[in-house]
Amino acid sequence: MNPLAGIAHMLGHPFVRYAFVAGSAVAVAAGLAGYFLVLRSQVFTADALSHVAVAGAMAALAFGVDARLGLFVATVAVALGMGLLGPRGRPDDVVIGSVFAWILGLGVLFLTLYTRSRSTSNSTAGVTVLFGSVFGLSRSHALAAAGISAATVGLLLLIARPLLFATIDEEVARSRGLPVTALGLGFLALAGVTAAEATQVVGALLLLGLVAAPAGAAQRLTTRPFRAMWLSAVLALGAMWAGLALSYAAPKLPPSFAVIAIAAGFYLLAALGAELRPQRER
Amino acid sequence: MIPAHWAAQGPGVGLNWNLVQDLRQLFEFHFMVNAFRAGTVVAVAAGLLGWFMVLRAQSFAGHTLAVAGFPGAAGATLVGLNPAWGFFAFCGAGAAIIAAVPRARAGTQGAGFSEESAAIGTVQAVALALGFLFVSLYHGFLNGINALLFGTFLGITDAQVGVLVAVAAVIVLALAIGGRQLLFASVDPDVAEARGVPVVALGVAFLLLLGFAAAEASQITGSLLVFALLVIPAATAQRLTARPAASIALSVVIAVAVTWLGLAAAYYSSYPIGFFVTTFGFAAYTLAQIATHRAGGRQA
Repeated sequence: MNPLAGIAHMLGHPFVRYAFVAGSAVAVAAGLAGYFLVLRSQVFTADALSHVAVAGAMAALAFGVDARLGLFVATVAVALGMGLLGPRGRPDDVVIGSVFAWILGLGVLFLTLYTRSRSTSNSTAGVTVLFGSVFGLSRSHALAAAGISAATVGLLLLIARPLLFATIDEEVARSRGLPVTALGLGFLALAGVTAAEATQVVGALLLLGLVAAPAGAAQRLTTRPFRAMWLSAVLALGAMWAGLALSYAAPKLPPSFAVIAIAAGFYLLAALGAELRPQRER
Repeated sequence: MIPAHWAAQGPGVGLNWNLVQDLRQLFEFHFMVNAFRAGTVVAVAAGLLGWFMVLRAQSFAGHTLAVAGFPGAAGATLVGLNPAWGFFAFCGAGAAIIAAVPRARAGTQGAGFSEESAAIGTVQAVALALGFLFVSLYHGFLNGINALLFGTFLGITDAQVGVLVAVAAVIVLALAIGGRQLLFASVDPDVAEARGVPVVALGVAFLLLLGFAAAEASQITGSLLVFALLVIPAATAQRLTARPAASIALSVVIAVAVTWLGLAAAYYSSYPIGFFVTTFGFAAYTLAQIATHRAGGRQA
């Protein structure tokens, strides 16, 4: 079949269009935020945020409010809290681990409350939060996700240069008068917003792949900071598009699985490529 | 998670002021006896290995290994195998993959690109995605997903307890032989290497053991809540004492206590065990933080 006609046919469905609109914006935000998370060794923080997102969404469902409200409040509050707890805006592993294990436990409690208070047919709501349902987004949800993600991208680009400086050489940046702590906190808040958005697209448990894999691949392909940052966003976007298309073509594959598998594939290829020609780099 | 059959269990279960009777009630059913056996074994293994994991700052790797059990169990169910095999196979494979990634040196944390965290994060997301794929390929299993992720203590068979005991025995034996060297290699890798300790090999072996311990624990607490048994008891113990032997013992004691309390609470209430285990663990951690804060850093 003519591939262009196939794409046109695919985009003829409104639900696919909504998925692409929301997915693209979220992917770019996740790719950019992921680059800094990897650079700042804060991938584990993103892991914690993803679990907090579960608890937030479940709590919102249990109390009967919009799940998105719970998502945003939980991820941003915990991101800021971790930033304040840890030394100089970088919490250590044990604190993160202990806190998020407990918060996830709370999430389980809320899930139980929710499934018990409603009819049993709602038992898949938990699965939706955990693994996403991008093809189930309504028009207004998709537009909201795209708008908020676009704003996140704008803010990230705005602080990209000072944040990079503060990340690579904290002491020098501080002595030059950069607000290093505030930058770290602001970045964590943006990462929290990104996590909440990504939860709606690939699910809370899989957003880590969208954050870590493209950034890791980009770091392998180039050592120049800004090029790597953009490359990370482009790779995340590519994985999103290819994953959505693949899942559309093969409905047995859940979209979130396809997206993560392709993103991980990029990383694997980049790592293998870098191994094969070790001299010419850097 | 803990479904309607709780109500069907009838008036026999209920907490009252007679503690002896409460305890007898707790062990009235064979499934509950098995739950306590399995929980104890799992807690000992997790408390031991979790202590080294926290010492080596490999919490992220440990969490990822725990999560790897989810696709293992889901895949095994899909092809009709015993989920326990899936748990151990995938956790072992995950450990092998993570071991192949170069470790970030402790001193350079945060000072630049860390391949390790990006790679581990990717492994974790792929594991979860695979698990989701298996679950969605296996229709009708969707309700079991919560048990896999968040744990259950119902229906643990005698054979399962046997497997758990055997694996835990291997873990304890391995630590009894190599624990001292592992401690040395974890605290000061450079000096240990100079003294001829096989630091790299120990690291790989440790990850494999950690994978097995995570596989054990995830059969009780679920893949997502393994941290409650791996990190929290160890972090609490290390907070309370700096002496390795005492700290390790304390870690095991806390893990076992948290598991027992969690099982009992889940039995008498209608809420999931994952919630209770994490809450009791976190309470212990918070108390330890406050206590050492009060002591004014005398321990340090």
